[in-house]
Amino acid sequence: MVELLFWPALLAYGEAAVAYAGDARRPGRAGRLATWGVRLGWVIQTALLAVQAAEADGFAWDDWAGSLNLFVWLVVGVYLFWGCRARYRLLGLVVMPPAAALLVLARLGGGTDTGVASDYSTLFLVVHVGLVLAAFAGFTLAAALSGLYLWQERALKQHRPGRLLGRMPSLVSLDAVAARTVAVALVALTIGVVAGLVRLGRESAGFDALMGATLVTWLVYAAFLVLRHEADWRGRRAAYLALAGFGVVVLARLGLQLTHVA
Amino acid sequence: MALLLVGLSHHVAPVELRERVALSGDQARVLARTLAGEAGEVVCLATCNRTELYLCTTEEDAAEQDAVAALAGTAGMPEKELAPVLYRLRDEAAALHLFRVAAGLDSMVPGEGEILGQVRAAYEGGQTGPLLDRLFRQALHAGKKVRTETAIAESPVSASSVAAALAEQVFGDLRGCRVLLVGAGKAGELAARSLASRGAQVALVGNRTAEAASELAERFGGRAVALEGLAAQLAGVDVVVSATSSSTFVLTRDQVAESLPSRRGRPLFLIDIAVPRDLDPAIHELAGCYLYDIDDLEDVVATSLVGRRREAAQAEAIVEDEADRFRAWQASREVVPAIASLRTRAEEIRAGELERARSWLGQLSDGERAAVESITARIVDKLLHVPTVRIKEAAAGADGPVYESALRHLFDLDEDAKR
Repeated sequence: MVELLFWPALLAYGEAAVAYAGDARRPGRAGRLATWGVRLGWVIQTALLAVQAAEADGFAWDDWAGSLNLFVWLVVGVYLFWGCRARYRLLGLVVMPPAAALLVLARLGGGTDTGVASDYSTLFLVVHVGLVLAAFAGFTLAAALSGLYLWQERALKQHRPGRLLGRMPSLVSLDAVAARTVAVALVALTIGVVAGLVRLGRESAGFDALMGATLVTWLVYAAFLVLRHEADWRGRRAAYLALAGFGVVVLARLGLQLTHVA
Repeated sequence: MALLLVGLSHHVAPVELRERVALSGDQARVLARTLAGEAGEVVCLATCNRTELYLCTTEEDAAEQDAVAALAGTAGMPEKELAPVLYRLRDEAAALHLFRVAAGLDSMVPGEGEILGQVRAAYEGGQTGPLLDRLFRQALHAGKKVRTETAIAESPVSASSVAAALAEQVFGDLRGCRVLLVGAGKAGELAARSLASRGAQVALVGNRTAEAASELAERFGGRAVALEGLAAQLAGVDVVVSATSSSTFVLTRDQVAESLPSRRGRPLFLIDIAVPRDLDPAIHELAGCYLYDIDDLEDVVATSLVGRRREAAQAEAIVEDEADRFRAWQASREVVPAIASLRTRAEEIRAGELERARSWLGQLSDGERAAVESITARIVDKLLHVPTVRIKEAAAGADGPVYESALRHLFDLDEDAKR
């Protein structure tokens, strides 16, 4: 069953990635096809995750490949909030190709196969792993928005807005949406980390590198919000900081892998 | 019935001539109705760049003469002087021309949006029948389709609209954005109006002459400020439009830099359309400040025009497709008399046979007789449906007349016509 669902989901994401490239060249029909690809792919991946959860009778994504599968679903889900709007379509060009590639990586690691129940309780995994991954998905989107901000800001500074005119969200919108995304994601990360620390305290387990990287991520994004509100760090500086935070997310997510709960 | 177009545009006539044949909306309506008479079809499309008469006629030469005479009368010049400048197009060429006009492909600025409304106004003011009604509705459809399916109308094409589009690229929705207008001249006012039309509020007007500043500020619903106090106002505005004749900078980099802390990270967009420039170019180097002078705006306009011309190729394909559809529809009208004769002939046969069987049918009840009527009518309809569709399809091709002739011959329809 999972096989039957994986390929259509990947196909839909791949179609969306190609169609977004087409939309960047000639806006219109390709963009609408891309949006439908994202919607369809996400619905199919949701079904895939549901089948995995049903077969594992609980949380089925506690190894690195499984969590990558869940991470892709979360990123695409968060993107869907904006992707349906024509002005955010170019964001799809940044999001969908990596999403499709990461889904392939998840499959190569066995993350899209039939799930196996974990030793940990489902509630703990949902709160801890689920929320941490949701937060990372939010930070990923915020980084994509910040990347778009810097790209557009550079074009405006170079007096070459060209084809961007009227096709991109404004600088102020990108800045504000990225900040709101970080704020929501940071709350999710805080709850997820606290759940992990409580469990850590009960089991008297040690502190590992992944936990350190996650804590650094939390600090960077907390600084992002504090500097924004207290020192008016907006625009280019805020975008660079969001990208720096994303660098730590990549380290935590791909460099160290989420294997410590397995 | 043939379609005829007689007119002139910026492609063939200089402005001195165009202004002589220019017509207001009311004048165009009167001209169309006068030319059409009681039962004719005429639409007059009159814009600042073109005056065109679309006529549906059976006597093309006479109608053309009338149209030329009407335009010459409007211009107040002899027909023989005006006639060489006018273009005359017929049927498919005339339809394609109107579709291109409606799509903005024949305009000075490719894809400009105003023309579609002008075509609609001409259509509504003209005297239309089956042919011109179909032609103009399809032209409006083609115009909308081109704007929906291509990006031809997306990019701005004047310095003031580029300035407003750039401000939107920085701030998004301009509602709530406050504009400081420096200078009370026409150029600055035009740029400020473009911003105001998108929701921005022209809150402050600064000028060397306080009286002119107050007058302009009042028109925008803002207030006048002294030129010397401009820097102090920067904390409360989002867009600065400057167009004075000052020989020195009215705002320097240092003045803008001093205002930045109080702006709390909010960007500042500055438009300098003055020559010599009013705003220190070094302002653009400041974080969150975007300064565009007149050359920068013109560069963006030039890029937009290149983009529009690129989109025009796709738009031409859409327009040609619509013209093909119109041609097919027009050709199908040519076989309508033959189809009507065929159906009349079939109905006569059906009615005749029922009449011959009247003595037998008289024994049936009313309900049974009605059923026989209905069944025979359905048989005739079904038998004729496919030939009717096929001949309409064939009419659009080169073999159309052959099929029509065959139909008339096979069913002896010419004899019907004679009778």
